[in-house]
Amino acid sequence: MRTTYRDAMRAALRQALADDPRVFLMGEDVGRYGGCFAVSLGLLEEFGPERVRDTPLSESAFVGAGVGAAMAGMRPIVEIMTVNFSLLALDQIVNNAATILHMSGGQFNVPLVIRMTTGAGRQLAAQHSHSLEGWYAHVPGLRVLAPATVEDARGMLAPALADPDPVIIFEHGSLYAMEGDLPDDTRPVELDHAAVRRPGRDLTLVTYGGCLPKVLAAADALSAEGVEAEVIDLRTLRPLDDDTLAESVARTHRAVVVDEGWRTGGLSAEVAARISEQCFWDLDAPVGRVGSAEVPIPYAKHMEEAALPQVDDVVAAALEAVS
Amino acid sequence: MGAFTMPSLGADMDRGTVVEWRVAPGDRVSRGDIIAVVDTEKSTVEVEVFESGVVEELLVPVGEEVEVGTPLATIASGEAIQPLPAPSPPAASPPAASAAPPPTPSSPPSRSPAPSPPPPSASPVPVRAHVVSPLVRHLAEELGVDAEALPASGPGGVVTRADVVAAARLGLGVPPATQPSGPGAPPPPPAAPAPPSAARPVGRPRRARVPSDGARVVASPYARRRAAEAGVELCDLAGTGPGGAVLARDVPATPSVSVTGVGAATPAAAAAPSASEPASAPLRRGPEALRASVAALMARSKREIPHYYLRTTIDLGLVRSWLDRVNVDRPPGDRVVPAAVLCWATARAAATNRGLNGHWVDDGFRPASGVQLGVAVSLRGGGLLAPVIPDADTLDADELMRRLRDLTERARHGGLKASEMADPSITVTNLGDTGVEEVYGVIYPPQVAMVGFGKVVERAWVVTDRIEVRPVVTVTLAADHRATNGHEGARLLATIDRLLQDPEEPWSATEPPTSS
Amino acid sequence: MERDRATDIIVSVLSGIAPEIDPGTVDPSGELQFEFDLDSMDFLNLVEGVGKAAGIEVPERDYAAIATLDGFAQYLVAHAG
Repeated sequence: MRTTYRDAMRAALRQALADDPRVFLMGEDVGRYGGCFAVSLGLLEEFGPERVRDTPLSESAFVGAGVGAAMAGMRPIVEIMTVNFSLLALDQIVNNAATILHMSGGQFNVPLVIRMTTGAGRQLAAQHSHSLEGWYAHVPGLRVLAPATVEDARGMLAPALADPDPVIIFEHGSLYAMEGDLPDDTRPVELDHAAVRRPGRDLTLVTYGGCLPKVLAAADALSAEGVEAEVIDLRTLRPLDDDTLAESVARTHRAVVVDEGWRTGGLSAEVAARISEQCFWDLDAPVGRVGSAEVPIPYAKHMEEAALPQVDDVVAAALEAVS
Repeated sequence: MGAFTMPSLGADMDRGTVVEWRVAPGDRVSRGDIIAVVDTEKSTVEVEVFESGVVEELLVPVGEEVEVGTPLATIASGEAIQPLPAPSPPAASPPAASAAPPPTPSSPPSRSPAPSPPPPSASPVPVRAHVVSPLVRHLAEELGVDAEALPASGPGGVVTRADVVAAARLGLGVPPATQPSGPGAPPPPPAAPAPPSAARPVGRPRRARVPSDGARVVASPYARRRAAEAGVELCDLAGTGPGGAVLARDVPATPSVSVTGVGAATPAAAAAPSASEPASAPLRRGPEALRASVAALMARSKREIPHYYLRTTIDLGLVRSWLDRVNVDRPPGDRVVPAAVLCWATARAAATNRGLNGHWVDDGFRPASGVQLGVAVSLRGGGLLAPVIPDADTLDADELMRRLRDLTERARHGGLKASEMADPSITVTNLGDTGVEEVYGVIYPPQVAMVGFGKVVERAWVVTDRIEVRPVVTVTLAADHRATNGHEGARLLATIDRLLQDPEEPWSATEPPTSS
Repeated sequence: MERDRATDIIVSVLSGIAPEIDPGTVDPSGELQFEFDLDSMDFLNLVEGVGKAAGIEVPERDYAAIATLDGFAQYLVAHAG
C-alpha cells in the first residue's frame, strides 16, 4: 500500500486507540485542529474528546499529567509540538518519567509514550528546528526512537506502548510528506536493532531519522563513482545497537556518521566513539562526521540549507574516508 | 596519482601473479590500455589500466604472487609528473617549501562547519609536484637520501616521510653532502611538533630527531593489524593514504602455503600468445590448482545457494531453418552455430527478467545493469572458465557468434582481458556438443542463475494437431531461491522459448528470417 | 588429392585444436567430435582449417559426410584438387 509517513503515523494512532481503551492522545491542538502537523486529523471525531484531548499551552503540565496517568494504569500518548518546546517539560521527562522506576525501587513503571517533531528544513527558524534528540538519548530510563521510514512510522508505536517504561518517538518534520510502501498486513516492528538500509562494501554511512533519505541519495551518487556505501539507519537512538555498527564497520573499515544535530557533544560523537572503541583495529581511516553548522538554525532558506547536512556534504565526507 | 592494483578477475580469485609487464616507468598510458598480463589459478589475463597518466614505478616484479588489491604500480595522473633532476637549485625552492604544510595526516581534517574560521594550518596551499616539506627535507638529509629524486606517493606528487624512509631502506639517494639545505630553508611551521632545536640557525646539522632505523610511520589501525599478521614492517611499506599514511591496501597479503603440485603448465598456458612471456615466470597454474579453484567455488555455491531447478523443451524448427538459410552461402568461419542463437535468446530474456540477472551480495539481490553474459567454456585437461560477453543483450546473433568464437578461442589459448573475467550477471552452460540432453548447472556465486542447454535432437513434436519431426532442445534453469521464486524462473525460460518461436525477432541484422 | 595427404592435413589441423592427441592412435572410423571431445566451435575450426589447407569450402549440409577421419579424408579426395 502506498502511503505517507504522516498517514502511517495516523494509522498507528488510530489502531492504538481502537485496540486498547487505556490509550489516549493529548497535546496542544491535537484535537479540533487535528495536530500542528495534521497527524491526528480526524481522530477527535472518531474517538471523542475523552480519548483525544486538547491541552493548555503548558508542556510541563500536560507531560506531568501524562506521567501521572501512566503510573495510574493508563497508556497515554503525549504529543509535544517540537523538541524545542519539550525543554519546558524537561523536568517531567528527565527527573520524573525516566527515574521513577528506579527511585520507587521498581514499584512504579511509567508506560508513557511521548511523540515530538524534530529537525529543520521547513523555514521555522531556531526555536522550532533544532535536533535535540541526542540529549534524550543521553538519559538512562528512556527509550528513544527515530522512525525514518513509512514502515517504522506505522510499526513503532505499538511496541512503544507495550514497553512498560517511557519511550520518546522523534518524528522529523521533513518526513511527514514522504511516501513509501507499506505491507498490507502491518505488524509491530522490533525496536532493538538498527537496520541496514543499503548493503555496501567500501564504507559505512551511519544515520537516522530525517537524514536517511539524504544519505541514501548520497550512497546512490557514490555508487556512480564506484564507491559502494553501506547505509545503517540507527532507528533506536537509545539503547544503541552496537552489534550492527561493529559488524558493518569490521567489514568496510571506514565509517562516516551523519546527524542533523550539532557535532559538539552530539549523538554523532557518541556513535563515532563507539565505532572507535569497538572497531579500532579494523579502521582504515578516521571516523568521519557530518552534522549541522554550529549555529542556531537560520530562518532564511539559503542559510538554512547551508547550515544543514546536504547530500553533497555526505558524498564529500565519504570520498575523503575512502581516499 | 593512483595505484594500479591487482584486480579481482572473478569471485573466486584472491591472488594473482604478474607474468608480464607491458609498460615501463615513464611510459604514458591511457585508460583501457593493457599494461600487464596476470596469471590466476585459472587463466592468463591481460589487464587494462583504468586511469590515464604516466607509469611511475612498477612495485611488483614479474613472477611474484600477490593478493588481490595489492598495488602493482603507481601511475601519475594528468600532467606527467617526472622526478626533477637532482640536486635542485636551492635558491628556488624556499618560498614554495615554506608555504607547504607537512603532509602529515595528524593535521586536523578541514571539514569544520562553515561559520567557524578555518584553523591557520588549513589555509589552502598550492601544492607543487615533488616539493617536500621542511620536516621531510630534514629527515631526508639525516637519512642521506636525495628527496628531490624520489618516487612520491603523497597527494599531488608530494614526497612523504614514508617515501623517504622507504628510499633509505632501499639504499637509494645520495650522500648528504651533495644535498644542500640552503640558508633560506625555513623552520618547520608552528603546527608541526618541532623540537626545541628549531630555534637554531638553519642549514646546520641537526640532532637526529628520528632514529636512523625509521621515523614513526603513519598507518591506520587496520593496516597495522594487517601488517602484524603478515609479519611485515610498516616502514618497509609505501603508504598511499592521506599524507602517505599506510592503509590496509598497502599491506601485502599474509604469506600463505602455495598451491601444490605445480607440474607442467597446461597446454593453454604454454600456448599463451604473449610472445614476450618469460619462460622463467613461475606459472603455478597446474591442473590441480585449476581443480582446486573450481572445487572451492562450486562447493561454496552448493553450500550457500538454495538452488531450484526448472526445465522445458523448446522447438528449434524456426531457428534451424534460419541457420540453414544464412549458413548455406557462408564460408565456415562466418557460420552461426545453434549455441549462438541460444545465447542470444538467453541474453535477451535476462534483460527483461531482471530478477535473475545480477548478484546476491550481503544478503540482498542487486540487479545488474545490462546483461553480462557468462559462457562456461571447458578447457582441455579438465579446466573450466566462464568469461563474459559484455552487454550481450544488445548484440544480434551474428555478432554473438563472432564474440562467442573469439572468446572460446582465447579462453582456451590464453589472452583473455581482465574485463572479460569480470563477474558475469548470468551464465550459460551448453553441454549439447557432448551428446547429453539436459544439464542442471551449479550457479557461480554471486550470480543467481545458470541457464543450461543440451543437445539439439530430432523428436516427434505436435504442431497444430499434427505430429512432425522437429529439432528440439532441452533448456534448464538453476536459480537461487533467495533471489527469485520458481515463478520468475519459469518466466525466464518461457521468454527464451517465445523469442525462439518469433519469426519477427531480429536475430540477425543482415538476414531477417522468413517464417517457416 | 592423395588419400594420405588428405589424412595428414586433417590430423595436423586436429592436433592444433586438441594438442594432446596421438596421431598414431586415431581410429579412422570413429566419430571425430566424440573421439576428440570437440565442441561445435572446435568443429567449426576444424572445418575451416582443413578447408583452407585443402583449398575447398565444406558446406554445412555435408557435415554428416565428414564426421569421421575416414569420411573426411574421402571427402577431400573427392572434392579437393
